[in-house]
Amino acid sequence: MKKALAVLIALTLVFVMAAACAEGGGGGSGNLTVGFSQIGSESDWRIGNTVSVSNAIEGAGWDLLFDDANQQQENQIAALRNFITQGVDYIVFGPIVETGWDAVLQEVKDAGIPLIMIDRTINMPNQENFYVSWITNNFEEEGVAAAEWLIAYLEHEGRMGEDINIVELQGTVGSGPQIYRMQGFHATVGRHSNLRISQTETGNFETEEGKRVMETFLQVAASNGETIDVVFAHNDGMALGAIQAIREAGLNPGVDIIIVGIDAVKAAFEAIIAGDMNATVECSPLLGPLVVEVIQDLEAGRTPPKTIINPRGTFDMSLYQVFPDRFTSAAAEVGNRVY
Amino acid sequence: MSVLKRITGSAMFTPLLVLLLIVIFNLIVQPGIFSVSINADGNLSGGLMLILLRSVPVMLLALGMTLVIATGGVDLSVGSVLAIGSAVSLSLIRGDTVAPTADTAMALWLVVVITMIVGVVCGLWNGFLVAKIGIPPIVATLIFMVAGRGLTQVITLERSITTGHLPFGQIANGFTLGVQNPIWIAFIIFMMFWLFTRKTAFGLFVESTGINKSAAKYSGIKSTKILLAIYAISGLCASIAGILSASNILAIQPARAGEDMELDAILAVVLGGTNMKGGKFNLGGTVIGAIILDLLPRTMTFLGVGIQYSMFIKAVVIVLIVLIQSPTTGRFVKSLFKTKVSNKQEVAANESV
Repeated sequence: MKKALAVLIALTLVFVMAAACAEGGGGGSGNLTVGFSQIGSESDWRIGNTVSVSNAIEGAGWDLLFDDANQQQENQIAALRNFITQGVDYIVFGPIVETGWDAVLQEVKDAGIPLIMIDRTINMPNQENFYVSWITNNFEEEGVAAAEWLIAYLEHEGRMGEDINIVELQGTVGSGPQIYRMQGFHATVGRHSNLRISQTETGNFETEEGKRVMETFLQVAASNGETIDVVFAHNDGMALGAIQAIREAGLNPGVDIIIVGIDAVKAAFEAIIAGDMNATVECSPLLGPLVVEVIQDLEAGRTPPKTIINPRGTFDMSLYQVFPDRFTSAAAEVGNRVY
Repeated sequence: MSVLKRITGSAMFTPLLVLLLIVIFNLIVQPGIFSVSINADGNLSGGLMLILLRSVPVMLLALGMTLVIATGGVDLSVGSVLAIGSAVSLSLIRGDTVAPTADTAMALWLVVVITMIVGVVCGLWNGFLVAKIGIPPIVATLIFMVAGRGLTQVITLERSITTGHLPFGQIANGFTLGVQNPIWIAFIIFMMFWLFTRKTAFGLFVESTGINKSAAKYSGIKSTKILLAIYAISGLCASIAGILSASNILAIQPARAGEDMELDAILAVVLGGTNMKGGKFNLGGTVIGAIILDLLPRTMTFLGVGIQYSMFIKAVVIVLIVLIQSPTTGRFVKSLFKTKVSNKQEVAANESV
């Protein structure tokens, strides 16, 4: 009886999985076929990225072969080999790590399939020979943009003469966004002697962790007899946690403490409009339209740019009125946000 | 001498000693970490309360984990069940996905009860695989650790969910009699665990199952039912921690909620002096373990230790704690002591000649 039950459960699972996989197939039909090898689906950002690229390719009327590598380089290498066997016309590829692609990318090149790289980069000899175009966001520029907004805001408020105490909620240690956002922000802030980063700690890109670290920051500042003027968070998730910690400490987030985040997710726009947060820098996952442009260029025989940086914006509710060319209104943009 | 022996021999001695050492270190270097103040509403706040408050989620997971480990098992799924608990409670409280501040038709207590039932069901599934099918606990719960993460993504439609439902936020952020609610919740759950395992035969059954399952079975203990109950309790604790986590930040990040927390929970149990091989367990030690796990990174932040080093230092401190508790170290220290004594006796003997 027990065995029968176990077998039944196992069979049900197999059928469900088979049904789920069956939706994936497709291909053929003389149309253009694009293979898309994605890293995984670990965050809202990544899922937004997958949806954007997939929708753009299908929207252009091409056939899509999608593979989710579930955070494994082996899976991605296998996916690229499958794309070669299936004879796709283009490959869109977001490499999970920088190294270890030499053999498989040579195979792609030998098969004569143009490879479009998105988001992260690769590191190998003569790497630029192995892809036609790299479409990406620049993490360091995002850190710079956050710092530039802060400096513009402080100048506008007439506070650049004061000593400003900044605390930093960093992303997951060792990840690209953490390293380069930190570098960009630190380099820009470092040019102004009145701006001091007094505390820095990782919040792992998590809201709850961000709240917890901010609580400790406030406590440390209190025991040193200091006040915190600015929070710079490597993503909006942690900034949202910091807002709550600040409010629970009896302070007014967005007023007593300036809060700047990165990512420009919908929840951050809502916080900025409510006055709880001050600004967010866009790191858009919506690379799909740019991918389609590159393929259209190649189909028309044109050479697309080697590196394409996704346009970036900084959103707030105050400076966009003063510098409309540098900053954008959060209220005007919130309606366009899906995630 | 016998009093001293009773104190040092107590199961609570080493965890408390370690906690005391960390506290003393902090009191000397950074006393501000333990500040206690009374805020404008007449409630207790400050560093000490934060430490207790923020160790609650790991504490709840670890209390359930203590019983699981006592039966000779391990529950790797608690982090995922926490995420499911967060996702279920937030989806129910949010009701719709459009207006974040809208009140839902569902009463708060019903949301809490449904989420807790979901947690129990998750735990029962683990218990079923372990006790009825006979899959080793580490594999059985690993299955749900992975599947539960996927289930969370399904419930949340792979998006972060937020809510502006303030009564829901009161669960984790409200105060009762001057103390923040999660601390009360952890205290009540601890007392229930303690009474249930120490004042009834249940604790004995758990230990017997952990020490020797077959022997327990032949002595008339229904090991299967015990295991089912234990895993259900662990799932329940995880779902309560999930409600607290969701209520604390009024949001969930489905891919990250409760991530790696099963490891912290296991660590808290080990730091508390419960043997990973099963058998005797130490609930009080687990509570201390969870507090140590919050206090350690907090100490690093206070000292301004760089992020790169603080993880390393945390690892070193934890290795030291585990070493202090290991019976092998105890024997080694004793043997050192003994040889010294015997050497002295030899010298004395030689001199007298």
